[in-house]
Amino acid sequence: MELKDRIKEIREKISEEIEKITSHKSFLEIKTKFLGRGGEIQGLFKGMREVPQEERPEAGKNINDLSSWAAALFDKKEEKIKAEELAERIESEKIDVTMPGKRTEPGSYHPDTLIKRQLVDVFAGMGFEIYEGPEIETDYYNFTALNTPKDHPARDMQDTFYITPELLLRTQTSAGQIRVMENKKPPIKILSPGKVYRSDSDATHSPMFSQMEGLVVDEGITLCDLKGMLDEFARKIFGEKIKTRLRPSYFPFTEPSVEVDVSCFSCHGAGCRLCKGTGWIEVLGAGMVNRRVLSGCGIDPDRYTGFAFGMGVERIAMLKYGITNMKNLFDGDVKFLRQFKGTEV
Amino acid sequence: MKAPLSWLKEYVDIDCSPDELKEKLFGCGFEVEDMYEIGRDISDVVVGEVKECEGIEGTHLHKCTVDCGINGNLQIMCGADNVKVGVKVPAALIGATVYKTSSDHKTIEGVTKIQKGKLRGVESYGMLCSGTELGVTGDMYEGADCDGLLILPESCENGADVKPVLGLDDVIFDVAISANRPDCQSIYGLSREIAAALGKKIKKPALDYTETPDSTTMKVTVHAPELCPRYMGHLVKDIKPGRSPLWMRRYLTLCDIRAISNVVDITNFVLLELGQPMHAFDTDNLSGNEINVRCAREGEEIVTLDEKKFRLGPSNLVICDGDKPCALAGIMGGLNSEIKDTTKTVFFEAAKFARDCVRKTSRSLGQHSDSSAAFEKGVSEYTTEMAMKRALHLIEELGCGTVTSVHCDVRTKCSDMSVKKMTVSVKKINAVLGIEVPSEDVVRILEGLYFGVEKKSDDELFLTLPGWRDDIEDYPDIAEEVIRSYGYDKITPTFMPTAKVTNGGYSKEQREELALKDELYLCGMSEISTYSFYSEKDLDLLKFPAEAKERKFVKIMNPLGEDLSVMRTTLAPSMVKTAISNIRKGNLEGKLYELSKIYVPRELPVTTQPDEVPTLCMCMFGGYGFFDLKGVIEDLAASLNTKYDFVPSEKPFLHPGICADVFSGDTKIGFIGELSPVICEELSCDKKIVVAELDYKAMRDTAKGFKFTPLPKFPEVKRDLALVCDEKVTCKEIEEAIYASSKYVTDVRLFDMYTGDQIEKGKKSMAFTVTLTPGEEAITAENSDGYFKKILKGLQKIDIQLR
Repeated sequence: MELKDRIKEIREKISEEIEKITSHKSFLEIKTKFLGRGGEIQGLFKGMREVPQEERPEAGKNINDLSSWAAALFDKKEEKIKAEELAERIESEKIDVTMPGKRTEPGSYHPDTLIKRQLVDVFAGMGFEIYEGPEIETDYYNFTALNTPKDHPARDMQDTFYITPELLLRTQTSAGQIRVMENKKPPIKILSPGKVYRSDSDATHSPMFSQMEGLVVDEGITLCDLKGMLDEFARKIFGEKIKTRLRPSYFPFTEPSVEVDVSCFSCHGAGCRLCKGTGWIEVLGAGMVNRRVLSGCGIDPDRYTGFAFGMGVERIAMLKYGITNMKNLFDGDVKFLRQFKGTEV
Repeated sequence: MKAPLSWLKEYVDIDCSPDELKEKLFGCGFEVEDMYEIGRDISDVVVGEVKECEGIEGTHLHKCTVDCGINGNLQIMCGADNVKVGVKVPAALIGATVYKTSSDHKTIEGVTKIQKGKLRGVESYGMLCSGTELGVTGDMYEGADCDGLLILPESCENGADVKPVLGLDDVIFDVAISANRPDCQSIYGLSREIAAALGKKIKKPALDYTETPDSTTMKVTVHAPELCPRYMGHLVKDIKPGRSPLWMRRYLTLCDIRAISNVVDITNFVLLELGQPMHAFDTDNLSGNEINVRCAREGEEIVTLDEKKFRLGPSNLVICDGDKPCALAGIMGGLNSEIKDTTKTVFFEAAKFARDCVRKTSRSLGQHSDSSAAFEKGVSEYTTEMAMKRALHLIEELGCGTVTSVHCDVRTKCSDMSVKKMTVSVKKINAVLGIEVPSEDVVRILEGLYFGVEKKSDDELFLTLPGWRDDIEDYPDIAEEVIRSYGYDKITPTFMPTAKVTNGGYSKEQREELALKDELYLCGMSEISTYSFYSEKDLDLLKFPAEAKERKFVKIMNPLGEDLSVMRTTLAPSMVKTAISNIRKGNLEGKLYELSKIYVPRELPVTTQPDEVPTLCMCMFGGYGFFDLKGVIEDLAASLNTKYDFVPSEKPFLHPGICADVFSGDTKIGFIGELSPVICEELSCDKKIVVAELDYKAMRDTAKGFKFTPLPKFPEVKRDLALVCDEKVTCKEIEEAIYASSKYVTDVRLFDMYTGDQIEKGKKSMAFTVTLTPGEEAITAENSDGYFKKILKGLQKIDIQLR
């Protein structure tokens, strides 16, 4: 057979066989069969010896043309096969993305912890240090030093658990105020979170609960400063638009004393169940530190003034999260606990 | 405290609405906790005149035609005996609400709405009412307690609302009075504040009376001046016991006090009006014409008016005649000197008893009264004097006795009637408030609040305090008086412009605690908080033996109940109970922790503050076992960059084979184990409960800081070893043997454990992944073979073979 015919024949064979290729494996086989070492095209070069000398340049060119034509054809085919195979793989690997993810189920934080963290963060930013005092206190620190001597009617405001006539479960974190003021001189800015105890138990009272007490003592501190700081607190804890309202109250260790309400964050003042239709929610008690308390701690009340405030952590938690029965906070029901995931900031 | 608006109006010309008054009171520090119209349940009841009245044969019913003014003539059926033509009675229209009474016509059984009805085939368009049906008693409206219809005066206009006629439109204010204002615990005291708030004049109650000379003697001796600083007494003779006038009975009734008879009613009226408790003794029952105020003798007894008998002691103050106690001072009179229908002469008492004394006796005997409540809050001598005059005036006004000249007034050394004066600086007041209240406003406010004010200079005011204001001590009290009238809304927010900058934030301990909680959160643990107190029974539950340190606890003297009477010395009982209560509620699994204090007494009985030891208690129940919880402890250790040892141990409440003490080096930091099957059975719990309790501080102290270790230059070599050993050999022993064999071993980790048919009896197979970390040179294959040979050789020495 003439070389020319041979070339033609191979060209036809390639065109025919390349069509039949279905996999990358058969592709490689067929490609090798034609273009590989000892393949059919290379075989043509071997046959060059039989071609007359003068025709050889022409023949060589024809074989080279065939070779590059075939190479291009196979490259194109390979690209197509790869694309097909990838498409097939992708199709076969397709998943149902709505199936559940694999996760390590995290635990939860007690609502008190969540609230305490938010409160401390707010006040720490204002320069408050944290102080934690003992829960079993002396009568002196819990009452007497807070201007509440033994026959004081204010003692009836809080039913106290006694250990001995002189030792008791603190009824207020204010007890810690005195310990701080005895040991630290102004400027004082402290925040004192902790458990307190009162002999009381119903849906909104628990014999154990947590308070957060704040105290500022420095030169020139006024009631306006208390208001300014509480405004800041209310905005950060309850929301930007929240307002505060002071109204007269009484605590033995502050004078003047105020009750502090925040505008209802649920209805924004329109009146709802949460605020009992008043538009305001009572959140804490506060006041200017009584001069007797200051001088009892060795702080000159003519030079320094201060304010103190105290709030119930559970009360804030119940308000913020809509918990209606305080007992839920202390009975450790898993279904309750699991709702308090993550750290709200 | 309850205050009827009509009574307040006796002293102040209140010209604002009840809602406005409520707002005013709120603004100046008196929160109205409840405010309601007396007739709040009654509506659409009008004056009706019976025009026609026709008996229905065979029944007690009458068919009436009632003229209800603008409401027209209504046909109403009535069963009352006193219905007749011409009377004016309350007529409830259709849709009206009145009280429903039981068959006795006296017991109220809720509120009912009047509907069009048919009685004996005759239609009825309303109901004619009795006093009871309108909630009106004979002490509220004369004649309202008669059997049958309430008869209204002829002067009433037909069709008019009956509420104003019967005083049902009166409003009750229930006001919260703070502990520093006992002077406002009375109608008159509150009226003083209302007058000030409204800018009105206060009308004083009449105090005048005339004394009739009498030669009787009464000797009063106060033997305990600290407990009774002031004692006033006055003899009133020719007592004519009888009913008090309606106005007095009505006020008493509206304040929940039952009217009894004139003399007793006067004492109760004065208590409500002025806040001073009073008492009246029948002198016929007093022996020796004398009164002795003294402490009771040990074992002395008294029977009080309510016929309760008390055994007294020296801490109880009593009022005695010549020989016996006749009253528990400030709390209640004795039955032996009670006012009776036959009483002819009484000795009125108005005294000041010490707050604490009354409180202690009242609490210790469990005997409380309106009088003791008032004394506990505090009574000022100013009021004591006023009250005696007021009572004597009322005796005359009511004409129920003759005020004699026989009286006594014991002002002991503890009595203090001095007029208190003080000088305040307006500048200082404003320095507390932070705003500039003008001097003239300060003067105006204080004068309104009954202070005597004298301007000493532009800044200084010389004040004379009202006699009843025992609460005012220093200028911040004055600042409070000023701002509660001036208005707290005038306080403008500032942000401590004069304060020094302070460096706030969490302490190291608090940051560590937060980090621990974060770590536990990631371990899937839910935080709980349980009461700091439990019961000794909870220690019994976990079978703590009598000598256990957990049994040395701090006890509460006055617990809410036995269940909450002991301060915790361990958190485990509360944790186990929480797990059990969850399981019983159908919460079948859970992972819980609590970080709280336990309270360890330094001595018993307790005399000093106990140690408060922060403790971490953890628990898993449901589908979890020992190693799940141990894993959490290991994670905590890892977070502190340390490792703990777990040494087999025993606890009375833990499974003897599944219990370990947790050690860091030689320091024991706690325990972990599975709740004993015996206790589980006792609690009928079929779920496994694993508990661990760690001393939080001890655990924290094991924390090691860390530094960067240069990364290995050469790859680590990991190889798995399956070993066979005696089943008594512990994992820890094998780990230690492997670590000891080569300094390049950096990690030994068990990944499989097998006992069973494939293994000789009494043996077990344990498979470990051992990691070798190269030092300065790479570990070649040959080196590594060498190291592992050495490891196996070491293991063979303790009879552990390669499987």
